[in-house]
Amino acid sequence: MKTDLTDTTASKINKALVLGRRAIGTPAIGMVLTLVIVTDEENAYDALKAASDAAHEHPSRTLVVIKRVSRSPRDRTKSRLDAEVRLGADAGTGETIVLRLYGDVVDHAQSVVLPLLLPDAPVVVWWPVNAPLDPAGDPLGALAQRRVTDTYACEEPIRELAARADAYAPGDTDLSWTRITPWRSMLAAALDQVDCEVRSVEVEGEAYNPSCELLAMWLADRLDVPVQRTSSEGPGLTAVRMDTDCGPVVLDRADGSLATLSIKGQPSRAVALKRRETAELIAEELRRLDPDDTYASALRYGVDRLSTPGEPAKGDSGDGAGARAVPAPVETAAKAPAKDAAQEKAPVKKAAAK
Amino acid sequence: MSSSNPLRDPADRRLPRIAGPSGLVIFGVTGDLSRKKLMPAVYDLANRGLLPPGFSLVGFARRDWEHEDFAQVVHDAVKEHSRTPFREEVWQQLIQGMRFVQGTFDDDDAFERLRATIEDLDKAQGTGGNFAFYLSVPPKSFPVVIQQLKKHRLADQSSGSWRRAVIEKPFGHDLKSAEELNAIVHEVFAPDQVFRIDHYLGKETVQNILALRFANTMFEPIWNRSYVDHVQITMAEDIGIGGRAGYYDGIGAARDVIQNHLLQLLALTAMEEPASFDADALAAEKTKVLGAVRLPKDLGRDTVHAQYAAGWQGGAKVIGYLEEDGIDARSKTDTYAAIKVGIDNRRWAGVPFYLRTGKRLGRRVTEIAVVFQRAPHSPFDTTATEELGSNAIVIRVQPDEGVTVRFGSKVPGTSMEIRDVSMDFAYGESFTESSPEAYERLILDVLLGDANLFPRTEEVELSWKILDPIEEYWDKHCVPAQYPAGTWGPVEADEMLERDGRSWRRP
Repeated sequence: MKTDLTDTTASKINKALVLGRRAIGTPAIGMVLTLVIVTDEENAYDALKAASDAAHEHPSRTLVVIKRVSRSPRDRTKSRLDAEVRLGADAGTGETIVLRLYGDVVDHAQSVVLPLLLPDAPVVVWWPVNAPLDPAGDPLGALAQRRVTDTYACEEPIRELAARADAYAPGDTDLSWTRITPWRSMLAAALDQVDCEVRSVEVEGEAYNPSCELLAMWLADRLDVPVQRTSSEGPGLTAVRMDTDCGPVVLDRADGSLATLSIKGQPSRAVALKRRETAELIAEELRRLDPDDTYASALRYGVDRLSTPGEPAKGDSGDGAGARAVPAPVETAAKAPAKDAAQEKAPVKKAAAK
Repeated sequence: MSSSNPLRDPADRRLPRIAGPSGLVIFGVTGDLSRKKLMPAVYDLANRGLLPPGFSLVGFARRDWEHEDFAQVVHDAVKEHSRTPFREEVWQQLIQGMRFVQGTFDDDDAFERLRATIEDLDKAQGTGGNFAFYLSVPPKSFPVVIQQLKKHRLADQSSGSWRRAVIEKPFGHDLKSAEELNAIVHEVFAPDQVFRIDHYLGKETVQNILALRFANTMFEPIWNRSYVDHVQITMAEDIGIGGRAGYYDGIGAARDVIQNHLLQLLALTAMEEPASFDADALAAEKTKVLGAVRLPKDLGRDTVHAQYAAGWQGGAKVIGYLEEDGIDARSKTDTYAAIKVGIDNRRWAGVPFYLRTGKRLGRRVTEIAVVFQRAPHSPFDTTATEELGSNAIVIRVQPDEGVTVRFGSKVPGTSMEIRDVSMDFAYGESFTESSPEAYERLILDVLLGDANLFPRTEEVELSWKILDPIEEYWDKHCVPAQYPAGTWGPVEADEMLERDGRSWRRP
């Protein structure tokens, strides 16, 4: 059921919730967390859809905070709060409250959200777009145990990553990091299968995709070897090539779903590495609400310490970037050959390793 | 497997436990269990990214199939029964490692072909010689298959690789046969490489018994004879024996369910806190409590066995057990069994544990009810508490997994009247509609070599020691009672509890 409240307050919304629950006859609530989505009107629909899909796994009270832009200066001084309370079948497994903020109240969204949080349950804030540069310092972010941003959705992801590293507070996390969990687990599984030391790594993926940087930084942080970031046309991440003392270990995903894992001395194997929907990412994000130290450590490694083609790898062991003939160009036409060159390069490296 | 993988970090909890390079060989792959549970579980694991790259699945059966036919059967089974949505790319990953070996269990050539297949998979898929053999076969074929595995050196572990055996219940039909079976299996596979599947232990709710008891502070202080009046453990099925007459007759409900599932649930409910959550510590506590189980002196008074008679089950007319196809009209096999046991230790002395199981009962349900004593003194007069029952904590194992707490509450109004209310925690509500199937968890644990959730030899033998005297008594002294299908069992079972001044919960 759905209740519309115009020009309302948090206490009226709370009253509507109690009435609504009584009307549909489910007073018991088993919700495990409050998810606050801070967004604009344009992205609200998709974000809410993803959240309600994720709610199948984590029944939650979802508060969608939509900050409306007022056109005239007169409107800007008037503040108003409209709310839409959805319960039962309209809200999936939990409760959804869509809050539309007009005028001055836009800057005081936390005053609306605070009374609507579930008692005792953890709070997660998710900014699908336009996340503040310092999530923990944001008034809404300060209410939450977990603050989820998405650097993929911003204009300059690389700069944003650096800013995130500076502003990092325990509980921060980013969907670009969530996206690479399957890659990370497959790479870890690949290294489970061989007993050798990694000497250098190349991470290849589309430009302006912060997931590639995060994966590269994680590898650099964990392995303590030079890591090079190269570009391809995607989709997303396309390959990770690890040069080890017993030959190359390559995880290559050209089509965004089925990848090939090749390890020297072992047959090549197909592994499913599908790009995941936002709902799945949010579901994973909500599964653990404690600070993600691995993310912090990878993020703090620093984007600027990754090497890119054309410049010598930092702290290089001699192999890798310097030997590369074709720097991956930005133009689409030249990309395919660049990728081929990279693939052909594997045997050469192998020979060199011997 | 390298132990010092720099990409592995215990603090990195997003990374799932992925099994190392390995494969699974299923004997009796054409069976129901295999199609409905095992194949979908393998797919679901792959879909969740928990299987290693190159994971291989080998089917072994008498059917005259090619690899493609087998793949098709798995495909259909997965589409119909898997928990997670079907994804082509996951299927493409799986299908590369799918093989079928045609043959009977006494066919030496077939086992040679199986060995060749496994060696070939090591080369083509990089399974590294690690294989688990899942014996989804009738008990009488066990020894043959195990011996064949030995004869064709399929059970030999070489240089760091492992070979494991996965066996399903029944683990024998009495202590003697269980010991024989264990001897046969252990002659070929080391005890820590033998995994006995009790699918109940793979269920989230069963694992949650341990979380509920040992991760919280509010339950454990009252979890003893000072507060608990008695415990009821129920596993009821609404179905009859179906087409399993050949297996069921002569085995019966007690051997089929009490010996494994219910005694395992009892052990988890009653055991002391393990030193840690690893397999050895858990097994030690479970063994201890099973060893302390004491049977009632008068077995005729405190046990009941019965058979379902014709009746109406949920709106359908059903026939009685003795009229089922393939059942001897004079069969004494029990389809319902209820027993009372005590546990001889300081925590539980004097607290009876009632276990019951049956087919064709009211509905399908498994639950553990811990029923508490009445308050020693009540300031309210008797009319106020007339409708107040005993407090209880009920762990609902299936369906509708969760925990219910029953306690008294004042009825709104001017007079003081106290009535039972329940407070519910439902898994489906608070987490995951997508909690993994028991078989998923168990197969993954086998591949990881994690024996936490598998009963050990000693537990199986102790369970038989508990059940054997009861079965013997039933065999000698009495004929099974009868109960109409679709009810909650025979009146004898109700009388058994009435004599103790208690009654069965209606689950």
